[in-house]
Amino acid sequence: MFEKLKNNDKLIMLGFTIMVFAGPIILAPFGAGYPDLLQRFAIFGIFAIGFNILFGLTGYLSFGHAAFLGIGSYSAMWMFKLLTMNVIPALILSVIVSGLFSVVIGYMSLRRSGIYFSILTLAFAQMSYNLAYSVFTPITNGETGLQLRLQDARILDAVNTSGSLPSPMLFGLKLNATNVVEMFGMKLQFNWGFYFCAIILIAAFYVSLRIFRSPFGLMLRAVKTNQNRLNYTGINTRPYTLGAFVISGMYAGLAGALLVCTDPLAGPERMQWTASGEVVLMTILGGVGTLIGPVIGAGVIKYSENIFSKINDKVLEGYFAMMPESISDFLVFIVSPFVGSGWHLTLGLTFMLVVTFLPGGLVEGATRIFDWLGSIGKKTKSAKPGGNTEAAE
Amino acid sequence: MMDAVFLQFLNGLDKGSAYALIALGLTLIFGTLGVVNFAHGALFMIGAFCAVVTRKILTLESVVLSATEKTPWGTPKEIKTAYVEAWFGDFGATMIEYSILFSILFAIPVMMIIGIVMERGLIKHFYKRPHADQILVTFGLAIVLQEIIKAWFGANPIPQPAPASLTGSIDIGIWLGMTADALVYPLWRLIYFVFSAVIIGATFAFLQLTTYGMVVRAGMADRETVGLLGINIDRRFTFMFGMAAVITGLAGVMYTPILSPNYTLGMDFLVLCFVVVVVGGMGSLPGAIVAGFMLGILQSFAAMNEVKAIIPGIDQIIIYLVAVIVLMTRPRGLMGRKGVMED
Repeated sequence: MFEKLKNNDKLIMLGFTIMVFAGPIILAPFGAGYPDLLQRFAIFGIFAIGFNILFGLTGYLSFGHAAFLGIGSYSAMWMFKLLTMNVIPALILSVIVSGLFSVVIGYMSLRRSGIYFSILTLAFAQMSYNLAYSVFTPITNGETGLQLRLQDARILDAVNTSGSLPSPMLFGLKLNATNVVEMFGMKLQFNWGFYFCAIILIAAFYVSLRIFRSPFGLMLRAVKTNQNRLNYTGINTRPYTLGAFVISGMYAGLAGALLVCTDPLAGPERMQWTASGEVVLMTILGGVGTLIGPVIGAGVIKYSENIFSKINDKVLEGYFAMMPESISDFLVFIVSPFVGSGWHLTLGLTFMLVVTFLPGGLVEGATRIFDWLGSIGKKTKSAKPGGNTEAAE
Repeated sequence: MMDAVFLQFLNGLDKGSAYALIALGLTLIFGTLGVVNFAHGALFMIGAFCAVVTRKILTLESVVLSATEKTPWGTPKEIKTAYVEAWFGDFGATMIEYSILFSILFAIPVMMIIGIVMERGLIKHFYKRPHADQILVTFGLAIVLQEIIKAWFGANPIPQPAPASLTGSIDIGIWLGMTADALVYPLWRLIYFVFSAVIIGATFAFLQLTTYGMVVRAGMADRETVGLLGINIDRRFTFMFGMAAVITGLAGVMYTPILSPNYTLGMDFLVLCFVVVVVGGMGSLPGAIVAGFMLGILQSFAAMNEVKAIIPGIDQIIIYLVAVIVLMTRPRGLMGRKGVMED
């Protein structure tokens, strides 16, 4: 299983690593170079990569993955409160706890397939959400969400005398520290928290790449293609699908833990089914079943959420200021429902268009464009010998 | 104690009626077209907003500055009169009072058109695609519809009063030979239950007693053969989609006095109604109705303090818990048919 990577995959890994590490530089001109958003790209990228291992490979559409995100957040938060502000134990515990939960939920849900599976996962996630809101308040702190407090135990840390809340750190390295560097005429913000998330994102991507190329991944794809045929050949598919479910649950838990590592607050709304729907949107939009697609989808959605939702009528008027007033008013009137608080409308429309016309998501769109460009290139090449007259003119 | 149990039973009826109606529409669509419609909650919400629109139209006012009266600030007082009152006098006032009746009349064609446009414009293209794609595209549609409503009507709930004569409570206990005030129940909820019973009855009568319904049922059983007999089954199924939208929309119209509609109404009910449909068995109309009432009533029983004392938090999860148990023990739901959604 651990044979060497093929050259092609090495290239993919190398390219991905460079792109992620250069994120603050590449994205700064698009107004997305600030740490908070970059961290979200990385974290939701991990979440979507994990979801894609289940949905992209096996075809089981889970509508309850946000539950594991929430569970990961809560466990990491308790590690911060009880043990230490170092993020490593928090990450480990949250992966273990969400893994355990996904074993239980997956074992029950995977007895059914198709829509029944979706409804079962949805039911489990809604149960977790409702319980986190009500009965489990001692653990989850209900509606307010779980927060750090000064009088928390933190038995491994030195006694806190500063009087302010400690922040998550990695062996003394504060994750919310940002170095601002002037480069290429822009203010670039290099944030430790982002680089920590980025390293985990790259590791997560590597694991997903290995799964995609492994016999295990092949088996999962076979489940998607025709589960009946697999059953008839005498293969028990349950262990494979359960494996995929647990892995993706652990990815979600990891993402949840990273969410509280960057912002130590865990609330139940993270587990609501709309949050589960969001990761579905990310995966589909980017390209389901592809390696890089989910990361792109997560990036696009988080980017638009942050950028589009900030555009209001004033900003729009600024955009159209050079046009005559009547035209600019008209354009503002047309565009304004799609941005600002209405950016979900744009999201929904884009999503519908993608599902209808590009079932493979943005990745399929990109390949189609490249194929099209390639075919144009070929045509011009083959046309050249006969195209002397044009050249003469 | 007996009274309390009976009261909870009644309390469950109105929620159960709403669940049953929405689930009925959902099952009609699934049974005829085989499409898993995640935009169904949005249809419920649009129905509720049909009531909002009707009331807005009926209460359109003309504003005249009074010549004699003044406000405390010294400006002429504005006299607002609704146009219908100005035109029809007392009858106009009654019209506003009973606006929900007009809402129903308004909602029927509107929902029918929305349903048919939805089916012809979008869902038609997804018959041959996997169920996952149908779920995803209708999920996207649900977001779009919800956002359009939000852009027009804002994010806050818009209260819709029931007619004044129907807002009070009635003492059901007396009818049943109990002492006075033992069992008091809001009148509108009882009306909602009766209304939903009528709609459910009418739908079943339509399917069982008319030739049109018979053809539709035949098409549900074997679409291809019905098509081979020279019947345009697609057109009938499109009509059934419209009818399902009407049923769901009317459920929404009548629910407005109970719960002020806002744009998240659809999503809130959608999840529950999918659970209801799956518990009842995909594709089974009686199953949807039985499961709708059952879950509504169970939910209201779980909200009793006596029950909550034994199992804390049970009221929050009872529906989902029932769904998990039913799906684990009866894979096809309570009344599911063999071969529906098995792959």
